[in-house]
Amino acid sequence: MVRFEGISKTYPAYRGKPGVNALEGIDFAIARGSITGVIGRSGAGKSSLVRLINGLEKPTTGRVVVDNSDISALAGRELRLAQRSIGMIFQHFNLLSSRTAAANIALPLEIAGWSKAAIKARVAELLDLVGIADKHDRYPSELSGGQKQRVGIARALATRPSVLLSDEATSALDPQTTRAILDLLANINRELGVTIVLITHEMSVVRQLAKEVVVLDAGHVVESGHVADIFTHPKHPITQSFLAEVIGDSLPVSLASRIVPEPVVGSRAVIRVQVRGAGAGDTLIARLARELGLDVSLLSARIDEIGGQHVGSLVLGIPGGESAATRTLAWLSQYQFSAERLGYVA
Amino acid sequence: MSPELINLIIQATFESLYMVGVAALLGTALGLPLGVFLATSRKGELFAAPAVNRVLGIVVNATRSTPFIILVVAIIPFTRLVAGTSIGSTAAIVPLTIASTPFIARLVEAAIREVDGGLIETASSFGASPLQIVFKVLIPEALPGLLLALTLAVVSLLGYSAMVGAVGGGGLGDLGIRYGYQRFMPEMMLAVVVVLIALVQIVQSAGDYLARRVNRRLRHR
Repeated sequence: MVRFEGISKTYPAYRGKPGVNALEGIDFAIARGSITGVIGRSGAGKSSLVRLINGLEKPTTGRVVVDNSDISALAGRELRLAQRSIGMIFQHFNLLSSRTAAANIALPLEIAGWSKAAIKARVAELLDLVGIADKHDRYPSELSGGQKQRVGIARALATRPSVLLSDEATSALDPQTTRAILDLLANINRELGVTIVLITHEMSVVRQLAKEVVVLDAGHVVESGHVADIFTHPKHPITQSFLAEVIGDSLPVSLASRIVPEPVVGSRAVIRVQVRGAGAGDTLIARLARELGLDVSLLSARIDEIGGQHVGSLVLGIPGGESAATRTLAWLSQYQFSAERLGYVA
Repeated sequence: MSPELINLIIQATFESLYMVGVAALLGTALGLPLGVFLATSRKGELFAAPAVNRVLGIVVNATRSTPFIILVVAIIPFTRLVAGTSIGSTAAIVPLTIASTPFIARLVEAAIREVDGGLIETASSFGASPLQIVFKVLIPEALPGLLLALTLAVVSLLGYSAMVGAVGGGGLGDLGIRYGYQRFMPEMMLAVVVVLIALVQIVQSAGDYLARRVNRRLRHR
């Protein structure tokens, strides 16, 4: 549906500011009807990437193919026609303050030259789709953030685009509203079959909505694939740091402060076990206790679900000094669990 | 004050209103597009033409920094060419228009630049042409600012129009100078000033009211 072929994007030096290589060597494809998250820190090139898709920016080299047409080669009227099949929503909603909700949604239709009657019918349909039919005559200043973004979504969908681009669309919203907006986007994807490309710096957005993920760092794609695969086995440090945001890799303060490097009499070894995959950690503690005959205690645990896979870690307390700890680590590695000894607590 | 003098004041008021009204209309007709262009033609903008932008900017600044009374005298040949004469209210409209156009253009430019750049990007993202962006996004969104700018321009024009009396342009300023100053009639001078103050008040209040009306729809419940 969307294909990046050998893309690079360089902003030339301007007024004393040095040139910037925003994107380099970008090659990947986004499947029709998918929901793809493009995640990266600020300055990673996400905004440039998404703006290449709808022709707001031109690549320095390479081409962007959307729906079998090379959008990067289009200009003027042809580009404007192609842009009607690509909707976009924004972090700050970008609604016209001089127009009501309905009139904002009507704007792309007016621009596309629809008749008044057709616009009226379509706007009513869209307000209904995004669940704010009662806000028809409200101005943006009278709407909440979530309602504004619903207007933004309705406007982006007005001309029945095949691709919907989301530029940090939930970054200005509270967690509850974010959830509602992401649910709405999931529905739209399911019911209308619109391909959705989300750019975000928030792991929670990718986790809740995306099926595919592209991890961007310093203008390069460092990892891409199914959300479940990428986040159960993150390779790049950036991906790992995004994962850590969700599952956390720090110990509770009360535990961390008591850890000592060497065992003392009656202390327990502290072992962190990484849990990756469906049901991976389900019976771990019971089996460990039964097979090694240890009174395993659970000191801390955090397990979340990403793309239907369990991802997280368990922090176990193993009594019996160094030998028990070593036996436990051996047993864990035998079952392909990645684990490490953090120290000992009394 | 005798009825003759009152008649003179009324006649002069209508002359002033005529000059200012027509000059404001023409100044807006020229200054609005010029201002929109100035606001959208720098590097990377909607109608990017940096060189043209710079040249127009210099012309606008030059016109604005020429003292009005000098402008009036300096363009007399041009005024004669356009209006057929260089004397009278109709002739005075020419320098008033030329003085108000760059003034209005700068005010329009400032109002248009106030519009959030994200809205231009948004409209581009769904395939709006540059002209559609101007008429459907920039001007409607800048409307309250534009109305206040026009009010300011009309008030300034009232001030300028008092000066064209110096070259036989007629109007309230002319009356004030000829009767009030040269004939030592302070009551005439006072009457002219009072009428001018009243006119400015009316224009300003009307402009404020319109801008608020447009704005109220936008920002308040």
